Amino acid sequence: MKNWFNSGTPWIWLNAGAISIALVAVFGLLFLILIRGMSHFWPANVEAFYYQNAENSLTVIAEIIESETVPADTVRDIDIKEGNITRYLVKTGNRDLLGSDFRWLYDIDLVRYEQPDNVMVLERIEWGNFYGYLNSVYEYDTKVSNEGNLWSEFESRLKRSADIRQQILDLEQGEIGAINYQLERLRLKERRLIIDNELSDSALNKITEKRKALKVEYAGLLKQTQVLYRDINRDSIRATVMDGKVVSIPLEKIVKAWQPNKFTLIEKLNFYVSSLWSFIVENPREANTEGGIFPAIFGTVMMVILMAILVTPFGVIAAVYLREYARQGVVIRLIRIAVNNLAGVPSIVYGVFGLGFFVYFLGGNIDSLFYPEAQPAPTFGTPGLLWSSLTLALLTLPVVIVATEEGLSRIPVSLREGSLGLGATKVETLWLVVLPMASPAIMTGLILAVARAAGEVAPLMLVGVVKLAPDLPLDGNFPFLHLDRKFMHLGFHIYDVGFQSPNVEAARPLVYATSFLLVVVIVGLNLTAINLRNKLREKYRALDN
Amino acid sequence: MKNQILQQKYNQRALKDRMARYFVAVGGVSVIVAILLIFFYLLQVVIPMFESAEMSEEHSYRVTGEARVMHLGLEEQGTMGVRFMDNGNVVFFKSGSGEIVKDVNLNLSAKISSISFNLDRVILGLDNGYVKIVRYGFDLSYPNDIRTITPVLEFPLGEELILLDESKKALIQIDIQINEEGLGIVARTLDNRLVYARYQQEESFISEEVTIELESRSERSFEETISSIVLTPALDHLYAAIDGGVLRDYSLDEEGFNDNHTDYKIRKNITELKLLLGGTSLLIGLENGEVQQWMSVRHEHGRVFTFIRNFHETQYPVTEIAIEQQRKGFAVADEKGEITLYYATSQRTLTSINTAGKIITHLAWSARAQNLLAVDDQGKIYLYEVDNEYPEISWDVLWGKIWYEGYDESDYIWQSSASTNEFEPKFSLMPLTFGTVKAAFYAMLFAVPVAILGAMFTAQFMAPRMRQVVKPSIEIMEALPTVILGFLAGLWLAPYVETHLAGIFTLLLILPFGFILSAWIFSLLPNKSIIDGWEAALLIPVVLLLIWLSMMLSGPVENLFFNGDMRTYMSDEWGFNYDQRNALVVGLIMGFAVIPTIFSIAEDAIFSVPQHLIRGSLALGASRWQTMLSVVMPAASPAIFSAVMMGFGRAVGETMIVLMATGNTPLMDMSIFQGMRTLAANIAVEVPEAEVASTHYRILFLAAFILFMFTFVFNTFAEMIRHRLRKKYSGL
Repeated sequence: MKNWFNSGTPWIWLNAGAISIALVAVFGLLFLILIRGMSHFWPANVEAFYYQNAENSLTVIAEIIESETVPADTVRDIDIKEGNITRYLVKTGNRDLLGSDFRWLYDIDLVRYEQPDNVMVLERIEWGNFYGYLNSVYEYDTKVSNEGNLWSEFESRLKRSADIRQQILDLEQGEIGAINYQLERLRLKERRLIIDNELSDSALNKITEKRKALKVEYAGLLKQTQVLYRDINRDSIRATVMDGKVVSIPLEKIVKAWQPNKFTLIEKLNFYVSSLWSFIVENPREANTEGGIFPAIFGTVMMVILMAILVTPFGVIAAVYLREYARQGVVIRLIRIAVNNLAGVPSIVYGVFGLGFFVYFLGGNIDSLFYPEAQPAPTFGTPGLLWSSLTLALLTLPVVIVATEEGLSRIPVSLREGSLGLGATKVETLWLVVLPMASPAIMTGLILAVARAAGEVAPLMLVGVVKLAPDLPLDGNFPFLHLDRKFMHLGFHIYDVGFQSPNVEAARPLVYATSFLLVVVIVGLNLTAINLRNKLREKYRALDN
Repeated sequence: MKNQILQQKYNQRALKDRMARYFVAVGGVSVIVAILLIFFYLLQVVIPMFESAEMSEEHSYRVTGEARVMHLGLEEQGTMGVRFMDNGNVVFFKSGSGEIVKDVNLNLSAKISSISFNLDRVILGLDNGYVKIVRYGFDLSYPNDIRTITPVLEFPLGEELILLDESKKALIQIDIQINEEGLGIVARTLDNRLVYARYQQEESFISEEVTIELESRSERSFEETISSIVLTPALDHLYAAIDGGVLRDYSLDEEGFNDNHTDYKIRKNITELKLLLGGTSLLIGLENGEVQQWMSVRHEHGRVFTFIRNFHETQYPVTEIAIEQQRKGFAVADEKGEITLYYATSQRTLTSINTAGKIITHLAWSARAQNLLAVDDQGKIYLYEVDNEYPEISWDVLWGKIWYEGYDESDYIWQSSASTNEFEPKFSLMPLTFGTVKAAFYAMLFAVPVAILGAMFTAQFMAPRMRQVVKPSIEIMEALPTVILGFLAGLWLAPYVETHLAGIFTLLLILPFGFILSAWIFSLLPNKSIIDGWEAALLIPVVLLLIWLSMMLSGPVENLFFNGDMRTYMSDEWGFNYDQRNALVVGLIMGFAVIPTIFSIAEDAIFSVPQHLIRGSLALGASRWQTMLSVVMPAASPAIFSAVMMGFGRAVGETMIVLMATGNTPLMDMSIFQGMRTLAANIAVEVPEAEVASTHYRILFLAAFILFMFTFVFNTFAEMIRHRLRKKYSGL
């Protein structure tokens, strides 16, 4: 034993243990996010718990979130102090009736629990999920369902109301939104003319006429939506909740309805995929705690693309200058170290710089020069997409410079000399030989930059993200790409929903799902970069020999 | 011909080449400049805060007539002034030229014997025991877009005189205070009595007319000579300056004087008394030119009036103190004719100006303290322009203990905003810096052992095939967005740690023993060479098992050792308070975030220790572990040190994790079970709300600048160490 300790083997094992801890932590966290994020969309079976004691009886209809068996004396809110007790964390939904979505259940006085076939779950526009039994379907005040066609009647009418809702949404966000946008532009144009003292009668007439035409169109569209709003209010259902109360729910408030206990495995899988899909493509509801995250995905992608467009040329030029043109000496070495170390400067510092320099200084000046008509409302003098991309471009610039420089330095001198020896100028050598060969390195740098930018939140909180952006930064209104708009971002969405929302408990699964999505994107990007880099190294190793 | 074309083409190519050279050089240099701009921009925002104040005389002119000025007032922008004369005239004049705009006689039935004011309300004490309250104002209007000021004079409590002293003696000194509950007037009479009257104010809803009703009137007589009196806004104290260097504190209530008063020895004669903005601090001007700040401080046995700090060290008696209307600053004039600006909280002497021996009798600030109006005993009026934007900042305010109003002692406090208007922001960067270092420290406590031990194993002992998997995994770990880690820390780990506290500590204790125990078990295997290099993989199930085991044991351990609840036990027995989001959680998750930084650099260094050194050591009979400790580690230690520094740099600047996993309370408490607020998180929380170019905004930029410099210097230093090491190896 003493020998064994003297040999140092246990200490080597201790070292091995450290790396095991790190690995368990990485994969444990990834697994945790995966499980918590992806299980949310699974249509879990709904249980009915029947309680009965001497005085009264109680039924609870809910999804089991987790259950555990613990010693009774560790549970504070029950009287029993001996033996073990099983408790269930359940989701009862019906927040409008019960006050909260979740509650703890204990197996005291529990007679039985089962999964009744006809339990129905509704995803509603407001108040979260509804759990109960469907009684009947009504058109205005007339009952239109009977025993046989209850569910099919409900489903077909639900589809109709969903269609109408989509039409309303299209009208309001599409055409009505476009008219509002044009009206606003007209107003700005008029103010601009007044400011420049160029408002002639003919110009004014033109504007007034245009405005009149737009208002007529607007009134027509408004009438259309009013008709649709009346139509969507036609149907409603009566449903029984767990304590026997019957409630009436208008169909316009229902997003989706299903009876999970009747589902076969295939149907469940089908449902799962469609829920996941709607999470990705839908807009958020209820202060971001429900619905989808499409605007956040869109905003993140837009921002990252813009950033990539900005960072690549600048990063490559700087690297080419440092490596190929600048005279190598103490100054360049210092600059190189400085650039390297900027990658280690906290991102929040870039955010502060972006806010002060880009938003307030540059943006403020742009506003007073080019957008006097919009004053005092800021156009570029407020956080927005352009400034976010610029800030992140600056933040990731060192990454691109370092990667490109590394790529340039790996290209064998013999190749350059060969090219120069054949009579090519320096720029031709650079453009035709060196840069193409360095392109994988540039790509690696760019991918790493994109991965970093996609996950960065702290600076964006200062220079452009918001919890809820009314419009996407890209739409059908001229000039289509709105660089001055604020946008939503996956990372900020996680922070906001997880920490700022009124109902964190109910929103948590969505935060996990969002996290999972972000992790997938970022890990994917990083793995690509790592692969690319490894291939690159192989390639040059072959060249070197 | 052909040659010519070739030559032309060649010239074109050479031109292109030259153009490209300039283009790249200009582009490259400008990118580098843009990066360096960060440094200079941050600095440029921060610097104005430390520039000293300036004061310059703009105009001066003589007042015509015999009457003497008793009080001065100045409009918000400093363009119009008002003076109250001892003959009962109130004169509005243009402060730039002295041109009289309006001259009103108050038609008083008696001579003015004393005067005092409360913002724009001026109280005149007459020599027949009556008082009159006058409000002056400057109404703004913009006819034809031109800023026009119309002076107004009102009598908020009616035009009639109010009888203060029933024995109708002359009022030698007077003071007035108005608050929500009522109005208090105190005066010293010619026959050495202090008369205090308290009134209820009632505003009629219909006519908005204010009527007052006497609530109480009381008086005290005294033997000494009182040179000035001051009433507090809460109407609970009356301070009187008594000749011989005594400050007397009478306490007041609804009924008037109650029986106790306390004397404080100042030792020098008091020449001027003024309350600082907010009415909590009293400024005492002395005959030796000193100004002292006193305030009431809570002690075990009630409140005691306490000396806080002093200003001004000239030899000449103080003639006038004028307090600013929106900040804790004030101007002091002395008999030598020097006007000096001070700031109370930061204890700064900002600037001073000499009037060449003129004795300034009255001073008035404009609302934003950009103009100062002064009058000397010859009746000459001076208008000064003051540029004094950031008087509240000093080295001591940022990094030292400051005794703020309302606190029992001097302390480090960060409190940048509050709901009330009279709030004074407190900008000590100490609690934030402390929080930053604390968070980084606990993160390093967890990260350094795991990262360095892990790096040692990965670089020297691990099977190459496993290493190919491990290294990318750790890189993935580095790439995980911190917002996700922060979210997990705040919403998953923090509640989990709270309920499994004993389990977490059990785990930390048993992990090393578990590893050694499993090493021993594996050493009993007949063929050990198969597992060589795969120890880490074999230990993964062990780690999982130990985690599961200690979480299972959590409840029993708490029952056995901590009476069932570790948190209650700790606060009862050891006096530790437990925050759900605390340094332990931050340490674990931020440790997780910095492990890859440290690991990658350390692993690189250990791996690149030249093989012939290692082989030599092994060949001489040293064991693998001995080689590790005595050959590899000494060679790699500078790089490992620089790895730790870089990890620390990253932990210091990390924002989202601390923002989400701590309570963000700016406390200075090293306890692992308490939260903290870091510089970075503070910036993220407060910058969006800070008003541009305000002190708060610039201080947040200063915080960013500190973070920038800190990480930059740290990383450069670490980089240099590594550079030197690399050079050394290349020599080997």
